[in-house]
Amino acid sequence: MTMAKTLYDKIWDAHLAHEEEDGTSLLYIDRHLVHEVTSPQAFEGLRMAGRPVRAPHKTIAVPDHNVPTTHGRHDPEQMPEDSRVQVAALDKNAKDFGIHYYPVSDVRQGIVHIVGPEQGWTLPGMTVVCGDSHTATHGAFGALAHGIGTSEVEHVLATQTLIQKKSKNMKVEITGKLRPGVTAKDITLSIIGKTGTAGGTGYVIEYCGEAIRDLSMEGRMTVCNMAIEGGARAGLIAPDEKTFEYVKGRPNAPDEEHWDKAMAWWKTLYSDDDAHWDKVVTIRGEDIAPVVTWGTSPEDVLPITDTVPAPEDFEGGKVEAARRSLDYMGLTPGTKLSEIEIDTVFIGSCTNGRIEDLRAAAEILRGKKIKDGLRAMVVPGSGLVRAQAEEEGLADVFKEAGFEWRLAGCSMCLAMNPDQLAPGERCAATSNRNFEGRQGRGGRTHLLSPAMAAAAAVTGRLTDVRELM
Amino acid sequence: MDKFTKLTGVAAPLPLINVDTDMIIPKQFLKTIKRTGLGKNLFHEMRYDHLDQEIEHFLLNKPAYRNAEILIAGENFGCGSSREHAPWALLDFGIRCVIAPSFADIFYNNCFKNGILPIVLPQDEVDKLMDDAERGANATVTVDLESQTITGPDGGTIGFEVDPFKRHCLLNGLDEIGLTMEKIHHVDRHEEHFAKHLPWH
Repeated sequence: MTMAKTLYDKIWDAHLAHEEEDGTSLLYIDRHLVHEVTSPQAFEGLRMAGRPVRAPHKTIAVPDHNVPTTHGRHDPEQMPEDSRVQVAALDKNAKDFGIHYYPVSDVRQGIVHIVGPEQGWTLPGMTVVCGDSHTATHGAFGALAHGIGTSEVEHVLATQTLIQKKSKNMKVEITGKLRPGVTAKDITLSIIGKTGTAGGTGYVIEYCGEAIRDLSMEGRMTVCNMAIEGGARAGLIAPDEKTFEYVKGRPNAPDEEHWDKAMAWWKTLYSDDDAHWDKVVTIRGEDIAPVVTWGTSPEDVLPITDTVPAPEDFEGGKVEAARRSLDYMGLTPGTKLSEIEIDTVFIGSCTNGRIEDLRAAAEILRGKKIKDGLRAMVVPGSGLVRAQAEEEGLADVFKEAGFEWRLAGCSMCLAMNPDQLAPGERCAATSNRNFEGRQGRGGRTHLLSPAMAAAAAVTGRLTDVRELM
Repeated sequence: MDKFTKLTGVAAPLPLINVDTDMIIPKQFLKTIKRTGLGKNLFHEMRYDHLDQEIEHFLLNKPAYRNAEILIAGENFGCGSSREHAPWALLDFGIRCVIAPSFADIFYNNCFKNGILPIVLPQDEVDKLMDDAERGANATVTVDLESQTITGPDGGTIGFEVDPFKRHCLLNGLDEIGLTMEKIHHVDRHEEHFAKHLPWH
């Protein structure tokens, strides 16, 4: 009799190229995504050692972190010198090593975690890595996907493997139905609110339950994207008909010759009923509300109907951390979250820069204007998302409401390009991190869903989206 | 990579939880295409004011800790992004060892690739080392990877656990790519297997 396995166990076993007695393993990597910030030192290492890229056809590069999102950016003069050098290095490395490349001038360029699935590189049962922690996004396809450092980027480029030890299995089940106004972003933030930012450390999470099954592929990507914010190595969701439907016909998906064979394997990719879980967390979908963050860690999250907590509400090291957060955020305990006024709204990022995110935000904004004096921008996750949004008339909704309509990139999620907050500026952001200085030194970030961000843009304060629905 | 065998040095106390990689090295310093030179911007926004002047009361600006080689910190150290610039910045500053109750996964792995030893200890042991470290330059700590022990300024010794393979690589300063290349025939075989059974991979 074969032992019952989790989905993670199955993918791990299929990719195990070699295992030492102590469990140190060589894990085979199917897709290696590369961007300009964490790769130059790795390519330099290859050059110095005279090593080629072992599998250039499995390696896909796109510049995203640094690139300006304003028009005319194809002109290198638009980029600050250091950004230009980094993007130019990727241009050269992609050419020299013969890897797949979507340069800034290509309509398919965008955030690496949006481009991968869009182009069909990400497929069920694969191992996917990238020198970026939000690689967890690709877990939505039932792929084992996680971020790696630059030394590991070089290791994968040279050997197409990683030296790994297996993580433990954690199940996060979201039961039942979501209430109106509650989205994938609210699910993933609520999970982190419950487990904490280190709750997943040492684990690979599988998200399951009716509320997860009910999500679209894009919603599932939003959930998996923030697995890293909960400390997990990876987050994944078993593939189903929605997954197969999404994948079919994409440029790099299996062609007709291989489709049936692929489907036969993909349909075995689920956790067996009696598989062993090292940790289980269950949340009722009905209990999840539209949420916002109040502090400087993604675990600092509460329903929009709540108030800013006090440091004394916490225990241990969190008391001092909360005090520091409130000081940085300029917030007073007891203030209603819905009374916090904002200066900026950012809609975009690998968490929420896909077409459904833009539709959800546009739905709230249709026929409305953003609050006077507010700065608001939409940064589509890829050139193709941008083109589709224009075709659907969403771009007009945003522009008429007073939003800036930008070109694709990571933009203000990490503010490596010119899109940054000024000190003290407060931003409602659909991105994934509210760390100190994340969106610009002294900038204050409140994480929320695209619909909630749109609602905040209209009222100029954090707002319960259900009031505008 | 430099070997890590035994280190005796000043330990700096940073009693914060969830120290993230944006704090360790903010994004404006990720635009480098080199691994070196990041030390002066380690903890940049806590260390320098808006005019780029040192903030006197920040730990690493105090005379006692300017030459610290060990950092003692709160739980979940290194959370956030995968940027290896975080361990590069620590290393370039001179930190070779970080001790905390827990670490974020990617940061933890990145340390070992750069000759930095991250040590996980129970909270009460970390608290004690934190107290020791408060005594500044008068209180050096010795970390011995060979014997897996930490000796405090008063001579008390505690043990720590570390993955045997990672320990082996650190002790000998081994290059992981070189090690994997010795086993590359396993990868060849795996690729042949995939080419036959999962040809779209």
